[in-house]
Amino acid sequence: MNPVLQAHALGKRYGQRQALADCTLEVPPGRVVGLVGPNGAGKTTLLKIACGMLAPTTGRIEVLGEQPAAGPAQLARVGYVAQDTPTYASLSVADHLKLGAKLNPRWDAKLAQARIDQLGLEPKQKAGKLSGGQRAQLALTVAVAKRPGLLILDEPVASLDPLARRDFLRHLMESVAENDTSVILSSHLVSDLERVCDYLIVLVASRVQLAGETEDLLAEHYRIVCSRRQDTDLPPELDVIWSEHTGRQSTFIVRSQTGLPAGGWPAEHLDLEDLVLTYMERSAGRGRRTATRTTGDAR
Amino acid sequence: MISFHLDARSGIAPYLQIVGQVRQALLLGLLSEGDKLPTVKEVVAKVAINPNTVSKAYRELEHLGLAAAKPGVGTFITRSLGQASLAEHGPLQQELRGWLAKARAAGLTEPGIDAMFQNTLREKVEEKI
Repeated sequence: MNPVLQAHALGKRYGQRQALADCTLEVPPGRVVGLVGPNGAGKTTLLKIACGMLAPTTGRIEVLGEQPAAGPAQLARVGYVAQDTPTYASLSVADHLKLGAKLNPRWDAKLAQARIDQLGLEPKQKAGKLSGGQRAQLALTVAVAKRPGLLILDEPVASLDPLARRDFLRHLMESVAENDTSVILSSHLVSDLERVCDYLIVLVASRVQLAGETEDLLAEHYRIVCSRRQDTDLPPELDVIWSEHTGRQSTFIVRSQTGLPAGGWPAEHLDLEDLVLTYMERSAGRGRRTATRTTGDAR
Repeated sequence: MISFHLDARSGIAPYLQIVGQVRQALLLGLLSEGDKLPTVKEVVAKVAINPNTVSKAYRELEHLGLAAAKPGVGTFITRSLGQASLAEHGPLQQELRGWLAKARAAGLTEPGIDAMFQNTLREKVEEKI
């Protein structure tokens, strides 16, 4: 099956500032991809390039097998909800659906109406008068009714309260199940993504630090707490991602694609949040690393 | 129809949590042969989890011989593990009661007992793999 997004050495520069660098990715279809990273990491830049609103400075990208915004057909297959789920404040809910129908060749009016009914939104209500959660749901409805092959959402739940957040994700997952849509959504909070994402991309300081199937990533990483030792004292098949030492104790986060080597290492798996934080801290230069062992798979 | 929930802090893979909840419902007699499981869409619309997680759980249930998918209709329970099967294990339950009494006598409180049980169970499960 063809990847939904394929990027090679992708980069974007704004004057002196490198917003995205050396980004190489291959996202398989049918996934709900979580794009995580701190604010300012380059998430929005990557998503805007993917939907064709920004042109990259360097490298190549294909989305659903074509260059982003290559033509009307490509645009019709990609749904994009920008940061803070914008809507037109002075247009009513019904106007939004009318607009969607006019602008999108594959518009599914029945689905849009059903969703609005289900949400209990009043068609005559102006979008500016809706609550944050309702606005987000309206933006999602418009994007989903477009029947995209890939739905890109930039921080869709960041400004929502926990209940609205859960509601939004429930509706998003429902449409994924219904329409087989692939999804890429960004967040700076892992807890938002833990339940819904089966593919993870960690982006820090304009670079991709980690990418892969969530389940594999969780299975391949371990935390080892042991008496104090050097990184080089660990078996060579363990890739040391991060280490921290106190007077007597060493804590390592390691990655191994072949399981743990024999020797009864006191190892445990990490949860997704710890895994992501490890890569974030590492690229922020926190936690000591040895110079002799560079960590693999940083890109 | 049963409904699922997810405990993000349990450390157990989400799909295995669903498998576990079906098994438990079978053991408690809440589910029996012929019962329909909620569709993937129904589950994700309620629990806000990835649809692939639910599909994977259902495949695992099929693999375990507990459920079968009828294309276009849904996934159905194919085996009952009702009260009868628990009742058959009366002696085991007696032993467990005895053990619980010992644990209390040794000063363990309920959370401690639960933690010990969950830990040991997890160790056993991992050994088998």
